[in-house]
Amino acid sequence: MSEDLHQTRLLVNGVQHTVRVPARRLLADCLRHDLGLTGTHVGCEHGVCGACTVLVDGLPMRSCLLFAVSVDGAEITTTEGCRSADGGLGPVQRAFMECHGLQCGFCTPGFVTTVTAFIRDHPDPTEAEAREAIGGNLCRCTGYQNIVASVLRAAELVGEEGSGEPQGGAPVGREGSGA
Amino acid sequence: MTTRLFGEPIARREDPRLVAGDGRFLDDLGAGALAAAFVRSPHAHARIVDVDVGGALDVDGLVAVYTYEDLDGRVAEPLPLLIPHPSLHAPRTAHPLANGVVRHVGEPVAMVVASDRYVAEDACDRVLVTYEPLPPVVGIDAALRAEHAVHDDVRDNVAAHMVQEVGDTRAAIAAAPHRLELELQIERSASMPLEGKGVYARWDAADRSLRVYSSTQTSTSVRMALAAKLGVPVDRVEVVAPDVGGGFGVKIVHPWPEEVLVPWAAIRLGREVKWVEDRREHFVSSAHERGQQHKVRVGFDDDGRLLGLEVEFLHDNGAYTPYGIIVPIITSTQLLGPYKPGAYRVEFRSLYTNTVIVTPYRGAGRPQGVFAMERTMDAIAERLGRDRAEVREVNFIRPDEMPYDHGLIFQDGRPLIYDSGDYPASLAKLKKLVGWEEFAAEREQARAEGRRVGIGLACYVEGTGVGPYEGAHVRVETNGKVVVATGLTTQGQGHETVFAQVAASELGVPVEDVAVVTGDTRRFKYAVGTFASRAAVMSGNAVALAARKVRAKALRIAGEALEVDPADLEVVDGVVRVRGVPDAEIPLATVAVLANPLRYAFDEQAKQATQFAVGGGAEVPPVADDDEPGLEATDYYSPVRSTFANGVHAAVVETDPDTAEVKILRYCVVHDCGRLINPRIVEGQIHGGVAQGVGGALYERIVYDEHGQLLNASFMDFLMPYASEVPTVETDHLETPSPLNPLGIKGAGEAGVIPGAAVFAAAISDAEGLWIDRMPISPSELWELRRQKTPEGDA
Repeated sequence: MSEDLHQTRLLVNGVQHTVRVPARRLLADCLRHDLGLTGTHVGCEHGVCGACTVLVDGLPMRSCLLFAVSVDGAEITTTEGCRSADGGLGPVQRAFMECHGLQCGFCTPGFVTTVTAFIRDHPDPTEAEAREAIGGNLCRCTGYQNIVASVLRAAELVGEEGSGEPQGGAPVGREGSGA
Repeated sequence: MTTRLFGEPIARREDPRLVAGDGRFLDDLGAGALAAAFVRSPHAHARIVDVDVGGALDVDGLVAVYTYEDLDGRVAEPLPLLIPHPSLHAPRTAHPLANGVVRHVGEPVAMVVASDRYVAEDACDRVLVTYEPLPPVVGIDAALRAEHAVHDDVRDNVAAHMVQEVGDTRAAIAAAPHRLELELQIERSASMPLEGKGVYARWDAADRSLRVYSSTQTSTSVRMALAAKLGVPVDRVEVVAPDVGGGFGVKIVHPWPEEVLVPWAAIRLGREVKWVEDRREHFVSSAHERGQQHKVRVGFDDDGRLLGLEVEFLHDNGAYTPYGIIVPIITSTQLLGPYKPGAYRVEFRSLYTNTVIVTPYRGAGRPQGVFAMERTMDAIAERLGRDRAEVREVNFIRPDEMPYDHGLIFQDGRPLIYDSGDYPASLAKLKKLVGWEEFAAEREQARAEGRRVGIGLACYVEGTGVGPYEGAHVRVETNGKVVVATGLTTQGQGHETVFAQVAASELGVPVEDVAVVTGDTRRFKYAVGTFASRAAVMSGNAVALAARKVRAKALRIAGEALEVDPADLEVVDGVVRVRGVPDAEIPLATVAVLANPLRYAFDEQAKQATQFAVGGGAEVPPVADDDEPGLEATDYYSPVRSTFANGVHAAVVETDPDTAEVKILRYCVVHDCGRLINPRIVEGQIHGGVAQGVGGALYERIVYDEHGQLLNASFMDFLMPYASEVPTVETDHLETPSPLNPLGIKGAGEAGVIPGAAVFAAAISDAEGLWIDRMPISPSELWELRRQKTPEGDA
């Protein structure tokens, strides 16, 4: 009763990976357990909490609701990929630190990816827009007030520094090893 | 480098790894470990007739399947009763796997271990369990009727019965000029951390040692429990709480069935085994709280002053009582809040039902107690036609009455004595912050515009920092870095930051040079755990005491080295120096080197410390009789009793005339938790608590049907608030130091959630002009209340 495996190519944070996974392998599990990128967290496994949000070809998506095989060939960005080009923390990540926008940190990766995409498309949000932008992510610790502040601060930082675009840790095209 | 001191809102030390995705939560560990999954009961109450695991054996990747029959030794015994109490006359705990009978949906019946979680769940699907359903007991009313019993030998379903009384309450009420009777109810909810529970166990067969990682609020106690259950010497068991994704109470319970079974299987199989709870499992097999029904009888004078208060309440403890009756004891004592009740009598019964166990969730019985008390205050004000704040004010314990002894026994088994607090000042600040006096005009103005707005307020007192103790170890390394270890755990409270602030302040070193480890029994073995808003109070003071010992030792050694009186020394930015003498100084790093006389010089620095380099002379031993090597110390803080924080919250709401939807216009908090170690972190705790208060008041409830099926076991249906539901919180602080501990601090973790139900019930009542006696309240329930009030229906 062994399962058929499917070769799947994923460009994750700028690194090309090829994995062989069962059709039912969730993208979240593939990232976490096959590629070892454990920054993406799974909070509900039914698409409500948003902790597993990653950018798929630039758009925030719930990796617990996607099969890895269904995004074959896609470009994926996780919170690990939201660092600055120099490898330091990215502007969104720094904004969360500065504004105390996290407590336990479990939901944070999903916010970081969501906010990264939001600021790319809305570089100068109002507070109401910032609150709306995070309206699909659950946080049980912070009460969101400091997350809203983090979104606004992140927009400032991106504006000052010029780029909120996610950066990969290695050149595109390098072959990663899959499970 | 700057020395960051106690009281500064510094950024958190733990954040860089968490924002970058470098946190290490339970499921981030143990790549390649076998995966465990559980077959859980679909019935609320049933006899297990047969468990057929045959089908599972065909699943490729299956490693083992276990049922109750496979358990051995003490693993086959019921799980421990963690907190026995004389009033808990019929305690019952579950077996790790059901032994013949299941008593709630979700109770584990069989454990599967397989190559990965997908395969383990495939195998679970193929385990066939034959059940003979038994009549379920669901809800407090059914438990009380006792037509059926949850446990055969507890026919009345009463697990515990407790009465405390001060004075002759019934006589006081009978003689009072005014009397009221109220029925007040709070529904079930749950902690619901975004990371569920999880356990990962590694057995080293050659070393005969066990290391267990658990997403727990108490690693030291899990260690003791596992050593006892598994028959492994305690010194061969280490338990580590890695990064933990929220707790809010549910992870203080231990050992969970899975916490015993996963290490047990790891030892049997000689393989690493991991179990990570999924969200549905968390709903049906972790713990809930809050469900209580209260009857209040109160007698009061013309000013609204309490003369006698009698409270009788029923507590739904679910199917088992592993955590004792802490929650109802807290309700029964903390209900009193900042008030003098006159004579007081409280009686509760804790009842078995065929539902998930009930154990503390942030607030732990206080939200219910505060709801009962504050609704009573509102009712008194309404009866007398007096201002609600004024009625509270006349009942306050005054600052000059501190310490105030209620004559009751608190949840820690010690007298309920408030240590400090200025309740009139708290209320005055809150009234100013929210604009209490001006609100009547705003309400009238809104009504003139066809809008319904209302204001409510609620006061609370929270016993925090309960004992028995916490400890800390502080060591200055030979490179000048400081390492702090304390045994209690962290679930997002920022302990790495605040304990570093305490140590840095005490030692005189830059906070950047201090590293803190929590919840790792390899580093500190004696601890209690993180709950009851106790971590900052308990470990904060333990860190301070241990750091003071280290500082004293550093000054003594530096005094010898510099040939000066230690009393003339100070430590600034990691350097010990003579006050007022510019160049007479020695770095703490060097003092640390000198503190440990060595035989062997393994590097350049160590050369300075060899017994040939240091020492007091030929007749003095390198380590004196009363000394120890190393610049380090351990100390413990053990308080005589809890310290009591307090606060007042107010909410302004607007209710929709058509849909009965409740919109929160403002939320104001005045909070007094003594001295603040890090104001930013305290604010964050309040914000998060308020969000849970909003959820508990307006959205979140655990809904069982009459069969004991949990109807809303998902985030689609259990409505935790998103950013769109939580208001901006306006805060103000008082800092009334606690006289009980060296740092003068009180706990802050739970406060934000405590008055939520009370304050929203009051605000909605005020907006609508109708009485609310049960929470949470949904728009449809509010709409129904409107309809009952005006049967023809303006709604």
